[in-house]
Amino acid sequence: MRKLITAVLLAVAPSLVLAAGGGIKLDHADIDVSNKEAIQRGAQTFVNYCLSCHSAAYMRYNRLGADAGMTDQQLKDNLIFTRNKKGEQTKVGELMKIAMNDDYAKEAFGTKIPDLTVIARSRGADWLYTYLRTFYVDTNRPTGHNNKAFADVGMPNVLWELQGTQEAEIRVDENGTKHVDKLTITKPGTHSVAEFDQLVNDLVTYMVYMGEPMQLERKTIGLWTLVFLFIFFIVAYMLKKEYWKDVH
Amino acid sequence: MEKLLNWVDDRFPLTTMWNDHMGQYYAPKNFNFWYFFGSLALLVLVIQIVSGIFLTMHYKPDGALAFASVEYIMRDVPYGWLIRYMHSTGASAFFVVVYLHMFRGLMYGSYKQPRELIWLFGMFIYLALMAEAFMGYLLPWGQMSYWGAQVIISLFGAIPWIGDALTLWIRGDYVISDATLNRFFALHVIALPLVLVGLVVAHIIALHEVGSNNPDGVEIKKNKDENGIPKDGIPFHPYYSVKDIVGVVVFLMFFVAVMFFAPEMGGYFIEHANFVPADPLKTPEHIAPVWYFTPFYAILRAVPDKLMGVIAMFASIAVLFVLPWIDRCKVKSIRYRAGIYKLNLAAFVISFLVLGYLGMLPTTPGRTLVAQIGSIVYFGFFVVLWFTSKNENTKPVPERVTK
Repeated sequence: MRKLITAVLLAVAPSLVLAAGGGIKLDHADIDVSNKEAIQRGAQTFVNYCLSCHSAAYMRYNRLGADAGMTDQQLKDNLIFTRNKKGEQTKVGELMKIAMNDDYAKEAFGTKIPDLTVIARSRGADWLYTYLRTFYVDTNRPTGHNNKAFADVGMPNVLWELQGTQEAEIRVDENGTKHVDKLTITKPGTHSVAEFDQLVNDLVTYMVYMGEPMQLERKTIGLWTLVFLFIFFIVAYMLKKEYWKDVH
Repeated sequence: MEKLLNWVDDRFPLTTMWNDHMGQYYAPKNFNFWYFFGSLALLVLVIQIVSGIFLTMHYKPDGALAFASVEYIMRDVPYGWLIRYMHSTGASAFFVVVYLHMFRGLMYGSYKQPRELIWLFGMFIYLALMAEAFMGYLLPWGQMSYWGAQVIISLFGAIPWIGDALTLWIRGDYVISDATLNRFFALHVIALPLVLVGLVVAHIIALHEVGSNNPDGVEIKKNKDENGIPKDGIPFHPYYSVKDIVGVVVFLMFFVAVMFFAPEMGGYFIEHANFVPADPLKTPEHIAPVWYFTPFYAILRAVPDKLMGVIAMFASIAVLFVLPWIDRCKVKSIRYRAGIYKLNLAAFVISFLVLGYLGMLPTTPGRTLVAQIGSIVYFGFFVVLWFTSKNENTKPVPERVTK
């Protein structure tokens, strides 16, 4: 019996802790998608650092503008850096596509490059927040960097100028598995640790927003729908009571 | 108005139908909480059909376009996200209400003579619903759509001799591909809904032919007054129509809460990996079916041999079909049955929940052991029922329904 209980506990317990993230402890991102300035700042980082290799091909520029309070002109001046085939600036109503194609990506990085529109919904905010801050120097990798959250990742450390470079203390356990214990910044970047964390937090806030642009709206509508249903419930319940008076 | 009604009635049995199924359909007056789920299942069916029609207007059943068209619905179609979440939440809600509806049947013996056919139609509905849900889940064309379908279709490959040819025939290709997506779309939006609606009609006609069971398991038709109306019966309309409205509103509160505040339901209603487009070259770390299939998936994995596992999985559903003949107890309701039945049913429910939970997780030796015990308890329910039900030590059943 004790064996059985142990088996049940063993079966249940670890799944709750290590649900995602390949087993590492994730740092917590502080996401508030109602913060329009954070989304604007995040979008700026996104178009500057991500949106040249990664597309966001289901997201339109002017949707971002409408949701985060930016005019078409502001979008054109600050966020749209891509051009169409004729060489004109991408229109505000267009999707966030890029020029990189899969064949070139495979040649350059050894893999297809994932679209980022809904990446926050598959990876989760905490994972993205951890991943983007845990690149460390690894001379065995073609890009010169490795990552704590995503071992042997193909992506280069594009934010290194801002964060600086980090070195890792690697521990190999008895099974031969590598663990990244501690990361220390050995060469500072243009941002302090707190500033960089804030920048990544804004970037992740933007990606969470982009994953589901209607998420604030749906909660508002949801609240009103529940209020309506509650009133409807009172009426329906009274109607039922009235009819059922004569059933014994 | 009356003239118009007469005109119609001379040509179509409108009034007769209304009376047979609503106005003069006498239902037992002692229905409790568990009797809401039949009408709720019908409600969810309507929600799924209506939201499905609107999704079909924008969705593209094409391997290269499907994933993007879903995101197009989520972003560019006005209130497309609402329709999509309604449909995805509806799929899970369907199984929630159907499982509770089936559990009601188990508790009150609603499958017993003379209601065996109602149960059988119901089981066919359940089967069609599983096929419908499985094929629908492929359509968003995410990683879990793709690999979930890959795993489930490959199960048919375990069948000796014809296995490989059968999987090839189902997929229409050597792997899950555009061909598979297209045919699943056809089956999901036309073939299976037609079957479902037909079966639901048969289920209700059979029910209204013999009359509803109730929490006491008393046949109300045995006690009629001088007008031939069951003494314990009340007309479905208006009594149960107004009561069911209350049930509908309460159900919708839960439904809406999920739909607007947690449409992914923590990854159980829409799995996280399904936000990555299908990639035939990249197998996800952990493939798990959606929660409503996991009890059967756990049974499949509990058996070490693949073919035997597949047989066990299909048997776990098939055995439910013959339940009316396994349970030989004359007393219907759990209220008047022996303690052994209550214990047996409780064990069955617990095993179903435990198996459902384990089916979502990657396997470990410990979990497999628990799943094996769970599977034995699951099938044990039917074995114990067969041996104990014939001479069960039941309590006396009252003549009339109790309050």
